Amino acid sequence: MTDGIRGLLRSRQVWIGLLVLAALLTLPLWVSAYILGVLTIAYYFGVFAMSWDLLFGFANEVNFGPTFLIGSGAYAAGLLNAQGVPLWVCLIAGGAAALLGGVVLAVPALRLSGPYFGLATLVAVLLLQQFIIIFAGRTGGEIGLTMNDVLSIDAITNYWYALTFMTVCGVILYVLSRSPVGLILQASGQDRIGASALGFNIVKHKLAAFCISAVFSGLAGAMLVFYLGTASVGTVVEVSVGVQVIIAAVLGGRRTIVGAAIGAIFLILAGEVLRPLGQLSTFVVSGIALLVILFFADGLLGALLRRPEEP
Amino acid sequence: MSMLAFQILIDGFAISALYGLGAVGFTLMFGVSGVLNLAHGATMVVAAVTAWVVAGHYAANPWLAAVAGVVAGVVTAFATYYLVVRPIQRSRSVPTVEKEIFVLTGTLLWGIMLQEAVAYFYTDNPKTVPPLIAGVMQIGGVRTPVNELLIAVICWAVIGLLWLLVNRTKAGKVLLAASINPRALAILGFELSRVYILVWLIYGVLAGIAGVLLATFLGASSGQASQLTASAFSIVVLGGLGSVAGSLLAAYVIGYLETLTAYLISPTYRSMPALVLLVLVLYVRPNGLLGRR
Repeated sequence: MTDGIRGLLRSRQVWIGLLVLAALLTLPLWVSAYILGVLTIAYYFGVFAMSWDLLFGFANEVNFGPTFLIGSGAYAAGLLNAQGVPLWVCLIAGGAAALLGGVVLAVPALRLSGPYFGLATLVAVLLLQQFIIIFAGRTGGEIGLTMNDVLSIDAITNYWYALTFMTVCGVILYVLSRSPVGLILQASGQDRIGASALGFNIVKHKLAAFCISAVFSGLAGAMLVFYLGTASVGTVVEVSVGVQVIIAAVLGGRRTIVGAAIGAIFLILAGEVLRPLGQLSTFVVSGIALLVILFFADGLLGALLRRPEEP
Repeated sequence: MSMLAFQILIDGFAISALYGLGAVGFTLMFGVSGVLNLAHGATMVVAAVTAWVVAGHYAANPWLAAVAGVVAGVVTAFATYYLVVRPIQRSRSVPTVEKEIFVLTGTLLWGIMLQEAVAYFYTDNPKTVPPLIAGVMQIGGVRTPVNELLIAVICWAVIGLLWLLVNRTKAGKVLLAASINPRALAILGFELSRVYILVWLIYGVLAGIAGVLLATFLGASSGQASQLTASAFSIVVLGGLGSVAGSLLAAYVIGYLETLTAYLISPTYRSMPALVLLVLVLYVRPNGLLGRR
């Protein structure tokens, strides 16, 4: 156990994470409420990206539909809230709904592999989107669903909620990824047959990873809609949102968890900084992400970690 | 009732032929070089918009515009290969097991860039290219644009030519060999990089033609790019990755299912049954209808 803690303290990744966290903690003292608002959204995105990284980076399963899990959580919470259910119950229900959706999707989908698994998850998103639009009477369709409650109307309080949530999720996911379970996941991702020959139940571990990823995605989705005050297809379900989550995780560095959050924050901030470019901002952000993938395959954090750990 | 049935039959046939042409290039590319090009829809849109620009600004005749569109498709395909796919395939810092996801992410980003560039210069409005042959004709009492029939004919002619190329020429046999065992082909002294150039050329021509024809039929806009990629991807997976025959079969299944739903139920539900079918087929036959095991 002490070995584990000493290992954690020696890991540069943990130190970089702590350093970034310390910097983020001081932000409300000297930046405007507007920037805090942008960062609040970025933190929820960070949780999306970290959950995705657990599934891809460790289990090596390409989930093209992170927004299926995010959207299920967000809409379950939103629909319950419309019935007058208190906010905290809605949040729990959001996590539970995403878990349920994750199990329904994963149990058959894990029989598939590679691009087939990716497509099944992508189709799940498209189906969810169609359902929301078809049952527009209840879900608000393309316009969106307005919430009865919001987390808070104060920018700083919202910022603390989001930062705390991201930190807690990040710690849980990071510890999990460094635990024996994480190692087994990694082994099964890299050599399925080899890992099962060693006696590990691969399907069980991958299913567990999927469920954990689902719960965090769903919770974060529910938190995000209670922050924004509305749930809409464009913010929590559309494929393009999922693509952003994937880009964030790959950009930050796969298999790092912490990197995924950094990638998400970078991506959202870059989009905001480049806003004056208007239409071209998406072009530039995608271009930067492409260059990172081409020249720093391990992502931003990977590039930082690389030299000292691999002499 | 029989009028409606005829209408569905004709519309469905043209749409399915177009889907098939779009998907054949996609599946050929996967079969030969193992690349799933997620910039597929964007490539089609670039071809369509180029044809629209040439037809509109230079008042060129529709055939010249179509040729310009196909050339644009080929140029885009080569740009995708040289700027995105090849650097990733040759990169030493990307582990082999992860090349696939990197190519997927890379082409996805590249597709978004193309799409945004088109939207920036030529707006997001749907572009309709004048039909190659104007006019309408009566088939079984249904008024059908001649262009719709022409689309089906061109699609099938191109697919036929492709079949001849692959099965009857030496270059085609090399392609086939590369899809079965690239290493053995390299040992026999064939340059794999030249095979890949050939397959990207064919892919560019097919995607270009599909894009231009789409623009003469339903119109094409930059916002459609990801939807076009998704439909090609689902057709190819439904048919079985790498199987050309499977893709054609799947294109007709999806094309008709969509047309039936749009006419008989509501256009809103258009893509729903196809998606459900796709999921069901994947669960029963994880490698698609005609996929290799």
